[in-house]
Amino acid sequence: MDNPIIMNKYSIERTLGNEIKPYNYDEFVKNFKINIISRSDNDLEFDLVGIDVAVANSLRRVIISEVPSMAIEKVHIYQNTSYILDEILAHRLGLIPLKADPRQFKMKEDENSEPNEHDSLVYEMKIKCTKKDLDALAHKQFISFPVYAKHIKWLPLGNQKDIFTEKDVGIISDDILIAKLRPGQEIELKMFAVKGIPKDHAKFQSVCTAWYRMMPNIKLLDEIKGNDAVLLQSCFPKGVIGLKSVKGVLIAFVEDSRKDNSSRNVFRYKQFDNKILLSKIQDHFIFTIESVGAMDPSLIFLEALNILTRKVNSASESALNQTEI
Amino acid sequence: MVEVLRDKEFLVKEYLETRGLYSHHINSFNAFIDSDLKKIIQQNHAVRSDADPNFYLHFKNVTVGHPQVDDGFNVTRNVTPQECRLRDLTYCAPIYVDIEYVKSGMKYLRKGFIIGRLPIMLRSNRCCLYQKSDAELAKMKECIYDSGGYFIVKGTEKVILMQEQPAKNKILVEKDSNGVPTVQVMSSTVDKKSKTNIIFKKNLIYVCHNALEENIPFVIFMKALGVCSDQLILQMVGTEFAIMNQMYPCFLEGSKLNIYTQKQALRFIGDRIKKMGFSSEDYDSRVITEVHDFLSTVILAHIPVTNTNYHMKAIYTSIMVRRLIFSLSNPDLFDSKDYYGNKCLDLPGSFLSLLFDDTFKRFTFELKSVADKNIPKVKATPFDIIKYIRTDTITNALVFAIQTGNWSIKRFRMERHGVTQVLTRLSYLSAIGMMTRVNSQFEKSRKVSGPRSLQPSQFGMLCPSDTPEGEACGLIKNISLLAHVTTESEDDDAVLQLALNLGVEPVGLYSVDDLHEDYMYLIIFNGNIIGSTNKCIDFVDKFRRCRRKGIFSKFISIYISERHKCIYINSGDGRLCRPYLVVENGQPLLTNAHIDDLKRGYCTFQDFIDQSLIEFIDVDEENNCLIAYNEEKIVPETTHMEMAPFSILGICASVIPFPHHNQSPRNTYQCAMGKQAIGTIALNYQHRIDTLQYNLWYTHIPMVHSKAVPMINYDKLPAGQNATIAVMSYSGYDIEDAIILNKASVDRGFGRGGTFRNSKCFLRHYPNQMMDSIQGPIIDNATKKPIYKHRALENDGIAAIGQPVFDKQVTINKATPKTITVEDVGGDRGFKETPLYYKGYDPSYVDKVMITSNSDCFLIKENFRQPRRPEIGDKFSSRHGQKGVVGLIVDQEDMPFNEVGICPDLIMNPHGFPSRMTVGKLIELLAGKAGVLEGKFQDGSAFGGATVTDISNELQKHNYNYLGKDVLYCGIDGRPMEAYIYSGPVFYQRLKHMVADKIHARSRGPRVLLTRQPTEGRSKDGGLRMGEMERDCLIAYGASMLIIERLMLSSDVVEMDVCKLCGLFSYSGWCHMCQKSNSVCRIKMPYACKLLFQELQAMSIVPKISLKKYCD
Repeated sequence: MDNPIIMNKYSIERTLGNEIKPYNYDEFVKNFKINIISRSDNDLEFDLVGIDVAVANSLRRVIISEVPSMAIEKVHIYQNTSYILDEILAHRLGLIPLKADPRQFKMKEDENSEPNEHDSLVYEMKIKCTKKDLDALAHKQFISFPVYAKHIKWLPLGNQKDIFTEKDVGIISDDILIAKLRPGQEIELKMFAVKGIPKDHAKFQSVCTAWYRMMPNIKLLDEIKGNDAVLLQSCFPKGVIGLKSVKGVLIAFVEDSRKDNSSRNVFRYKQFDNKILLSKIQDHFIFTIESVGAMDPSLIFLEALNILTRKVNSASESALNQTEI
Repeated sequence: MVEVLRDKEFLVKEYLETRGLYSHHINSFNAFIDSDLKKIIQQNHAVRSDADPNFYLHFKNVTVGHPQVDDGFNVTRNVTPQECRLRDLTYCAPIYVDIEYVKSGMKYLRKGFIIGRLPIMLRSNRCCLYQKSDAELAKMKECIYDSGGYFIVKGTEKVILMQEQPAKNKILVEKDSNGVPTVQVMSSTVDKKSKTNIIFKKNLIYVCHNALEENIPFVIFMKALGVCSDQLILQMVGTEFAIMNQMYPCFLEGSKLNIYTQKQALRFIGDRIKKMGFSSEDYDSRVITEVHDFLSTVILAHIPVTNTNYHMKAIYTSIMVRRLIFSLSNPDLFDSKDYYGNKCLDLPGSFLSLLFDDTFKRFTFELKSVADKNIPKVKATPFDIIKYIRTDTITNALVFAIQTGNWSIKRFRMERHGVTQVLTRLSYLSAIGMMTRVNSQFEKSRKVSGPRSLQPSQFGMLCPSDTPEGEACGLIKNISLLAHVTTESEDDDAVLQLALNLGVEPVGLYSVDDLHEDYMYLIIFNGNIIGSTNKCIDFVDKFRRCRRKGIFSKFISIYISERHKCIYINSGDGRLCRPYLVVENGQPLLTNAHIDDLKRGYCTFQDFIDQSLIEFIDVDEENNCLIAYNEEKIVPETTHMEMAPFSILGICASVIPFPHHNQSPRNTYQCAMGKQAIGTIALNYQHRIDTLQYNLWYTHIPMVHSKAVPMINYDKLPAGQNATIAVMSYSGYDIEDAIILNKASVDRGFGRGGTFRNSKCFLRHYPNQMMDSIQGPIIDNATKKPIYKHRALENDGIAAIGQPVFDKQVTINKATPKTITVEDVGGDRGFKETPLYYKGYDPSYVDKVMITSNSDCFLIKENFRQPRRPEIGDKFSSRHGQKGVVGLIVDQEDMPFNEVGICPDLIMNPHGFPSRMTVGKLIELLAGKAGVLEGKFQDGSAFGGATVTDISNELQKHNYNYLGKDVLYCGIDGRPMEAYIYSGPVFYQRLKHMVADKIHARSRGPRVLLTRQPTEGRSKDGGLRMGEMERDCLIAYGASMLIIERLMLSSDVVEMDVCKLCGLFSYSGWCHMCQKSNSVCRIKMPYACKLLFQELQAMSIVPKISLKKYCD
């Protein structure tokens, strides 16, 4: 890009680039691309190229705050004699990620209405610790019996058992510690999960986090060789700076600036003054989505796009519908 | 080359673990029970009667049992502290004595007779927690990290604070308030306390004492002591020229008064003793005995006198005068009261023994008067003293004193308040911080700097940081981690014998003026001159060697004062001392091998003390030592080495990371704030029912902690969380130290906590056989459900566990009989409702209900809990005195994020740094960040800990910026921010000040009955006061109608009839004075004004109101 973001020793120089350039649809279509860098069940890293920072940020914000998911909202505690207080227990249960796909559920219209198969999931947990349980533990050093998320059982509502299996709507990770029990203590409760958006509460987040960073660009303005080259290499994460040997002298070259994480440790050494330019490419975003596990990260991204489109539509609609004063 | 000792802090850890953190309280209590109590009873063991010379009662062989509770019907059983706390009982144990007494001429012996109950200090050797394992403690529902050292009186935990006192039996030369040079001695023995002054006034020297009406010239005093020759007096004081010069006028005065013999002198003093008048016959001899009594037991009471041989007293007095005269020409010789060697600490044990002594004397006196009264009476049954022994005299006196903190001992004219305080259980730190507190006797309001400022001699003994701000600043102190307070030693006789064996020659052996020779050193043992030596260094050296050999207690100190030409040996209680590594020939005796052995458990810390590798040095003896800071600083003259430099700090200051990088007042602020930080107060917090208890749901171990943190168990009971902070400004809601919180963090549990509050009620029996009762809820007929007020109740009339309770709901539906007196037996059997209400804007949940019985009634206690999510206005603080309120809670998407997707939990404004200079916080952040990346806790110990260079390198190793500054993207516009942001984890404490406890507003509401003005204060739903200054603003602005509206119309307006003729109040439009109605006008006025007028009328002052037309 013509106007990159330059990282100086003490501050970032943010020259205005795309922000003042008029928007051009054709150019956008031509330049815009998405490159998927890596993907796994829960994580997705992709490049968003040729897009304004506002759009990239909006997507990030929507993913963090508006893509809905299911989470336990209400807990009916019938018995809790553990050391974890009712409120703390309820809070902990709320934060347990559920496998349920939120798209298959509706938002609850009235929060006090009876839960039904379309808007709620019901779980229960009945656990009582006896001395036998404690003795049976593999780790004898435990003085208390751990209650894990795997002890939570799904109770199908209405026709839910025809549609879902426990695998579809159960708990994502079995080994989330909920409480610890001593012999004689018991917990019996019923949990009601609903669909909600993270703006209300962070437990509804479908991602662990989603963020982007701008593509780093490293330019060597001068030849750096010998020991300095080795030093330079050590200033960056592995793989950013490569060394090649030219006639027995090591010369540094930029191998992969993508791997840089803006640690700027080159500025620590005087010998690199004015020899290196660190910058960021304005319209190249390295976007990462870490899904909690209920939805595929790419689906979360699509969902966010849908929400964003809806928002834009409703904004333009209301702008169009505005009567002149 | 000196070998560097590795892991010296392990010694501190071992020391604190074996000794316990707060042993001074417990040791002194143990000493009280094991020896003082016995001594007191021995001293007052006999009760005799004037009526019958054959009658006697002897107390023998006292023992103290284990804490018991009386469950009524004479059933007693052992009790645990937790039961006492819950049931509002007193944790006390019976005092058993064997008594021998005479009944109808026969001797009887009764063993194990209970004379009273003694409140027992927790974890003392009589406590049931003594030497119990963790599992046993847990079984007793006791926190294993609890300090002990306090008492439980009627369910409340009370601490007897350590009190700082001027040292006893020390000669102090100073200028009194008028600038008169004075030499003062506070004498104190078991049964006498007195203060003797010798002053230099108008070139003459006088002896003053409270019991004397006027000052006695020194020479005459000496003559009364039997030193009649002027030459001898002079020789005793010294024959230096300066002394002779000063003494000359004194001798002149002596001869002017014509007093030459001892008898004359005694009579002279006798005329000046404050006494009741003697009858004229044998006046002379009575006076003489009186003066002898005065000289031997009152003045300089600590010097023993046998058979009116005052030689020692004369020498002591002349030494006092000698010091006085020398200090006249050399101001350096004045002593400082604030020097910590001239102070001692009074511990709970000594307070209790004073009190017990007094009550026991009263107890025996009462028995004596009972015997005197009853023996002469002729009765059918012979007089049996046992029937008159009341156990509650002693019990009540002890319990009352500890409960109220009022220590009044008439014998010593001691009237002290606030000796005990309720143990504050706001946080673990506040509770253990209380056990190290030292209270000073100085008047708090006095603006003096001397006693408040740090004295160099306090180094290592008292924490330089932990003191409150404001009026008690510097008067309330805290002892340091390693400081130890001595208790009374049992080895006094051995020491005395040893001193003589080591070549101390009793004073009498020399001619008196030899005492003042340059080579002569006086040896003063606990304030008494025991002799002198001319081989001072040699003697002290041998003495110290004997101490190291363990011939007598390790806590006995010896030091040479070149200024005084004295060697002081002290074995008394209340001296502060501290362990040091012994260095000999430039090499610490303790080696790495020793430390390794200690680590492996082959030996204990006590072994090192026994082998004298480590030695206790008190404030005085420190003057003779050259103590090296570390191995590098050892020079050939070095005698000792510091164990660990961070141990100069107290408990509260030990929690601060990198305190040596902070501006000093910031550490002081943190010491005060650490006590307000909510966390886990004790492991048994769920079993406690306190009036108010705070807790934090998810406490963290600080990422950066000091070596002292695990030693004081702050890592097991922490109070705070590691927050990822970004130091940047955000939104303007962060000005004036306000902080910004991330809403998602709060959702996930950051800063979440709760309060526990209790309410209790008693169900009493009344004289007319009636009793309070609890009634079930009232059911609404229409809905068949309990009415709103009773919604939380179960059928038994007590709130159900887990039930939410809202404002004005009943939690215990108690009812009291309408009639309760004996006369009303068979009267109205009805009840009136006296329920317990819940009050509060937010609901609470019933946590616990306890029903038990106390000695005379049933006791019901309820505990309510209330979750508290952080909200705007709640107070947070880091560990560097940087407090701030939450200014804004921001959604996660608006928070900045860094290149790896981390967004901060908390944003702090950088303006908090420049003026506060809390560099320690900056380093804590850096170290914390490195620690998180490395996956280990970082060390932030005082005068040590990780270095910034190391931390920076570690950061760089993990590809983070070496300065700790990251590129952050703005969450709102998405662009990277121009500045690099300093961000990382910092330990944050949530303080107990929460908006939910303080929020208050009122439109209409209750009024005070008398003045009809709105009530005051949040608890009474009071109005917000428009005070004087607010009023001034309105006056200045000229808003007169607003003033009327605020001050009268919205407050206590009343319409009154006033007669315009007589100016008095009329009523119902009729003036009683003028007997008219047409002169009556109706005006509005403040009710307070009307009240004032009427009150003035009641005292015969007539205020008249003259009325004018508004337009005139």
